Amino acid sequence: MMLQIRNLHASVGGMEILRGLDLDVRAGEVHAIMGPNGSGKSTLAQVLVGRETYDVTGEVLYEGRNLLAMSPEQRAVEGVFLAFQYPVEIPGVGNLYFIRTALNMMRKQRGLDELDAMDFLALAKERMKFVEMDQSFMNRSVNTGFSGGETKRNEILQMAVLEPKLAILDETDSGLDIDALRIVANGVNALRSKERALLVITHYQRLLNYIVPDRVHVMANGRIVRSGDKHLALELEKNGYADFEQDTAGGARSAAGVTS
Amino acid sequence: MSAVQKELSELTSREYQYGFVTDIETDAAPRGLNEDVIRLISSKKNEPQWLLDWRLRAYRHWLTIKEPHWQNAHYGPIDYQDIIYYAAPKPKTAGPKSLDEVDPEILAMFNKLGISLGEQERLSGIAVDAIVDSVSVGTTFKKKLAEVGVIFCSFSEAVLDHPDLVKKYLGSVVPYTDNYFATLNSAVFTDGSFCFIPKGVRCPMELSTYFRINQADTGQFERTLIIAEDNAYVSYLEGCTAPMRDKNQLHAAVVELVALESAQIKYSTVQNWYPGDKDGKGGIYNFVTKRGKCAGANSKISWTQVETGSAITWKYPSVILKGDNSVGEFYSVALTNNRQQADTGTKMIHIGKNTRSTILSKGISAGHGQNTYRGLVKILKSAAGARNHTQCDSLLLGSQCGAHTFPYIDVGNPTAQVEHEASTSKISEDQLFYCRQRGIPVEDAASMIVNGFCREVFKELPMEFAVEAQKLLSVSLEGSVG
Repeated sequence: MMLQIRNLHASVGGMEILRGLDLDVRAGEVHAIMGPNGSGKSTLAQVLVGRETYDVTGEVLYEGRNLLAMSPEQRAVEGVFLAFQYPVEIPGVGNLYFIRTALNMMRKQRGLDELDAMDFLALAKERMKFVEMDQSFMNRSVNTGFSGGETKRNEILQMAVLEPKLAILDETDSGLDIDALRIVANGVNALRSKERALLVITHYQRLLNYIVPDRVHVMANGRIVRSGDKHLALELEKNGYADFEQDTAGGARSAAGVTS
Repeated sequence: MSAVQKELSELTSREYQYGFVTDIETDAAPRGLNEDVIRLISSKKNEPQWLLDWRLRAYRHWLTIKEPHWQNAHYGPIDYQDIIYYAAPKPKTAGPKSLDEVDPEILAMFNKLGISLGEQERLSGIAVDAIVDSVSVGTTFKKKLAEVGVIFCSFSEAVLDHPDLVKKYLGSVVPYTDNYFATLNSAVFTDGSFCFIPKGVRCPMELSTYFRINQADTGQFERTLIIAEDNAYVSYLEGCTAPMRDKNQLHAAVVELVALESAQIKYSTVQNWYPGDKDGKGGIYNFVTKRGKCAGANSKISWTQVETGSAITWKYPSVILKGDNSVGEFYSVALTNNRQQADTGTKMIHIGKNTRSTILSKGISAGHGQNTYRGLVKILKSAAGARNHTQCDSLLLGSQCGAHTFPYIDVGNPTAQVEHEASTSKISEDQLFYCRQRGIPVEDAASMIVNGFCREVFKELPMEFAVEAQKLLSVSLEGSVG
């Protein structure tokens, strides 16, 4: 099992956002996490990569090891990757340099030699094709002055270079027009593999037309309340989230068992 | 304190690595300042009478003026009678010194600082004048430079070998009455570097001076004079370090640059004097007057400084834009960590027509550091068509440091254009977290972000210096981000 989450709780400033979440993800699988705004989807992503803003209890095993005990950078070099919903600008730091530094951190962890600028450029050029980026991106500062679509493509490029085992995509589709969405989705699909698991967080079904999930989970009020296959996403598209929010609003219903 | 803040504060409390003392036999003047000490300094250097007279005039003027306190820095009173004004490593051999005769202890000290005085090693083709406490201990590549007519030697040698040049230009940009510390320097200056680039010569290598304070309780008062004649070009680098001591030491230097018609002088400084410990004990008071004069038309003077050391930095490398179409530039990175204070900036005085100036200042404050940009852009009535662009950016690391900006703009000609931009930002948790999620540890991330912030200035530095500056910045940040 790649990822095993049991009874995960997370709160910030005394407000509980995740309220006992369970989830199992195997290598090679693509899981979609859907749900209304405020259901805790992004919090789940942040907690998995070790954002320190949250008080967290429960158990998360990543390849059988305690993920919650690892620092954010350790999780990263162990192969946990987050494509951020709002990638941050780092003025003056070249994109190429940044991604190479990150890759060399991963390589160090795996006992490989660092890649020099020339070798890295060759690799980066090849991976840029995944997201139809040209080299001008590389000479710009990290995300600085990038359009919304460009930042998202840059996230997927980093994923393509860093080759994580578990990639979490946090609302990667938000703010993308249909062409950018297609480019990003194609990039993600090219990275699907037997060794890699993907956790795709999205509000809308639209992305899942391009990235077809093995499992779909519905989150509401900090728990997964329903799980199914790709048809569940279509059902949600038709009926909306209203049913789920009502179901759990009183907290009367216990968390649905996850059956993946 | 969050875990990130804790790691960041550990990062910014790393130790100063040049804080060692070398045991060198020293010839020193008695403590304190009076006319006899000035006469002693002058006679030790076999100076001509006119120079002694100049020193004494400065000293007598100094006695009539008061130490200024308008800068945005706080420190206890300086006891000028408790300073040793002349300290020189004792020469082991008499007579004229060549590099082969430099005390091996001194060579070893410079090797430890990463500076090779051995010409055969030809490190990056940079000529070095090495100054310890009050005197120059050696200058490399003198012969090679002389072949193209470039004079590069210690100030003391210049006084003896090229008295006419020194007499003509000394005090021509910074008169001995200029300000309290420049006046003090004029009275007691002990050595420094002298560069003269004759008409039409492009200096074939970078010239540099490395200043080292070694002796306790001494003040360093060096004087640098660089002259570029018509169509000449020179790039000059300055570096400095000092041992760690509990007591503050005063460094009051004067640098004068003169650029004649179509000449260019590029002056780069990486200042790494001992900053004091994390509680603010000890460290250098760096009170320096640096000024260039674009005397000829189409000339250009460019200052680039990276200020990471000193307990207090107080300096304004300036340009007097006298020649028509002349250009002045000031690029600065100033970092204050722990209890360091910096009040630095520039003055651009536009006199000639169509003169242009650019100011780019990057201030970084960490720990309890206080960082002030102070700048004057003065456009005189004569300066038709003058232009200035100023940009001041401040970056705060933590919540106990400060950034201050005092821009003064004085425009006396209606055709002038002056622009000022300023920004203050904090290194954000989001930026740090983004880097960490990519596997980059906090301290590497912080230094990457800060280096990014300074990139526009670093790219103005000569290559080797830029690499050095980046490393230095990372080291200076250790223990400061919070």
